[in-house]
Amino acid sequence: MTATLPIRGAGDRLSGLFWRRPGVLLALLIAPPLLWLGVVYLGSLAALLMQSFYSIDEFSGVVVEEFTTKTYAELLRPSNFDIIIRTLLMSAAVTLGAAIIAFPIAYFAARYARGRWKAVFYLGILLPLWSSYLVKVYAWKLILAKEGILTWAAEGIGAGFVLDAVLSLPGIGGNSLSTSFIGTWLVFLYVWLPYMILPMQASLERVPLSMLEASADLGATPAQTFRSVILPLAMPGVIAGSIFTFSLTMGDYIIPQIIGTSARFVGQAVYQLQGTAGNLPLAAAFAVVPIVIMLVYLTLAKRAGAFDAL
Amino acid sequence: MTPAVTFTNVTRHFGTVRAVDAVDLTIAEGSFFAMLGPSGSGKTTCLRLISGFEQPNAGSIRIFGEDVSRTPPNRRNVNTVFQDYALFPHMNVRDNVAYGLMVKGVGRSARYAKAEEMLALVKLDAYGDRKPGQLSGGQRQRVALARALVNEPKVLLLDEPLGALDLKLREAMQDELKALQQRLGITFVFVTHDQGEALSMADSLAVFNNGRIAQIGTPAEIYGQPRTRFVADFVGSSNVLPPALTQTLGGPARWSSLRPEALRLTAPQEAPLAGPVTSLRYLGSGTRVTVAAKGADIGVFLPAGHPVPATGDYTGIGFAPGALHVMDEA
Repeated sequence: MTATLPIRGAGDRLSGLFWRRPGVLLALLIAPPLLWLGVVYLGSLAALLMQSFYSIDEFSGVVVEEFTTKTYAELLRPSNFDIIIRTLLMSAAVTLGAAIIAFPIAYFAARYARGRWKAVFYLGILLPLWSSYLVKVYAWKLILAKEGILTWAAEGIGAGFVLDAVLSLPGIGGNSLSTSFIGTWLVFLYVWLPYMILPMQASLERVPLSMLEASADLGATPAQTFRSVILPLAMPGVIAGSIFTFSLTMGDYIIPQIIGTSARFVGQAVYQLQGTAGNLPLAAAFAVVPIVIMLVYLTLAKRAGAFDAL
Repeated sequence: MTPAVTFTNVTRHFGTVRAVDAVDLTIAEGSFFAMLGPSGSGKTTCLRLISGFEQPNAGSIRIFGEDVSRTPPNRRNVNTVFQDYALFPHMNVRDNVAYGLMVKGVGRSARYAKAEEMLALVKLDAYGDRKPGQLSGGQRQRVALARALVNEPKVLLLDEPLGALDLKLREAMQDELKALQQRLGITFVFVTHDQGEALSMADSLAVFNNGRIAQIGTPAEIYGQPRTRFVADFVGSSNVLPPALTQTLGGPARWSSLRPEALRLTAPQEAPLAGPVTSLRYLGSGTRVTVAAKGADIGVFLPAGHPVPATGDYTGIGFAPGALHVMDEA
């Protein structure tokens, strides 16, 4: 009888090495993603940033590779600035709408759904993600069109006037839902909703029931418990979800092209500038805008204490 | 005097499980009342019925004479110290303690003054600015206590309050809780599965088993005169003797109990019980000797200083005439 067991092959030898030098395993595990994130992702981001400080020669259309802030100044031109503001407002509206709709769903899933109902919940949230994004967007176009099912149903139950009232709202209304900002908003909301529900549910799941009981025990009404305990504790999840809905809306160029008015969003501007217009520096400058907005947003959220519960 | 808490025929079931089964209970004002029992015996459900987190399926619950059976927790003048403390992680200690006043609309300076007073009461004056995550288990427990006391409740409920603390801290907190209760004069109701804790702290206690109260009384009554086999066995790990054995020891044909510390080892001749020593367990303050006598394993507590037999030694067991306690129920 010996104190050690025999080595049974290369696997044993390798796991022995990893045990003696845990750093080797760690290095092997993180090297590929580090290369991917560090070189491919951060590298292209740096290239993008660099490109945005170049400018385009207005006569020849050739990119001048000299440092200038002229391109950023161009963003402030009314026609370009409108695109940024429009995109920002749409992203904020989508995020707010998604947060309001997602909360009860996430709360139900975190607090009450068990076993089979939990599976139904996950399936219900994830199933729409299995089908193509384009198919969903075109489906919505049919739903929202003037001859679509929504108009038909509204008229069928005698609520056509409600739809007309909504469509006559100045600024966001239009000829039909599929050609108005309201329509764009609805489709964004539908497509990004799962990305809000899942992080929210994860953060709500970490709030123990006893904490809600403690709040009630100390005399808080359900509304006070929601405001003072549930919401602050769910905030990291809400912020995580809003990062998805906000940045996905800011970068998207397909939904506003298919559904909505002809007014452009940042994603569309980038797409057209780097493609047909061939103005890479301005496209790059436009692409930096969502990044800056996200950084500002996260800084403000942190300062407001949204991450205190982390 | 109106009792602090009265249960009248209270039943609470979850599906087919009767967690609390037709319980009648009276807790006197100003007492330190313990609810003792194994897990699943209904003691925690009883506590939750008082705090309002559970509603009775039948029967009524009164707090100081007022029927609260249908009153939500936030409108009951009782507060709870939770087993996991349930401190709000996003608030500092001061805001945690002041929470009960905050939700009542008490102004900032007034509620902070009161919170500081409560923190001083639990000897955590300097900790108001810390987050709960920066405190040790014992400190968190004190914060939970201060938070529950800030509303000046008529009854304070404690759910296994010392379960998560290590032995030394637990003993210190036991003394402190007892002193605090005497100073404040509030009725304390606490749930525990630790019989030593219940015996040493409570003025009176209820032993729970299968959703019913097996016995209710002072610690001395529960320990000295257990009414059932379950109580005798659960409180103080007594030797429970079947009717036949009770009879051979000169008692009636009923179940009886013999406390290990009431027994002593004697010479085997003429001893009422005798047999070989099967195991020895050293406890510091003495040794627990198990003797196989007349088909039963009899535990004898041998205080330190007495000669300890070896395993296999044949020994007798003797006891004073009053030590054999005959029980009412099987």
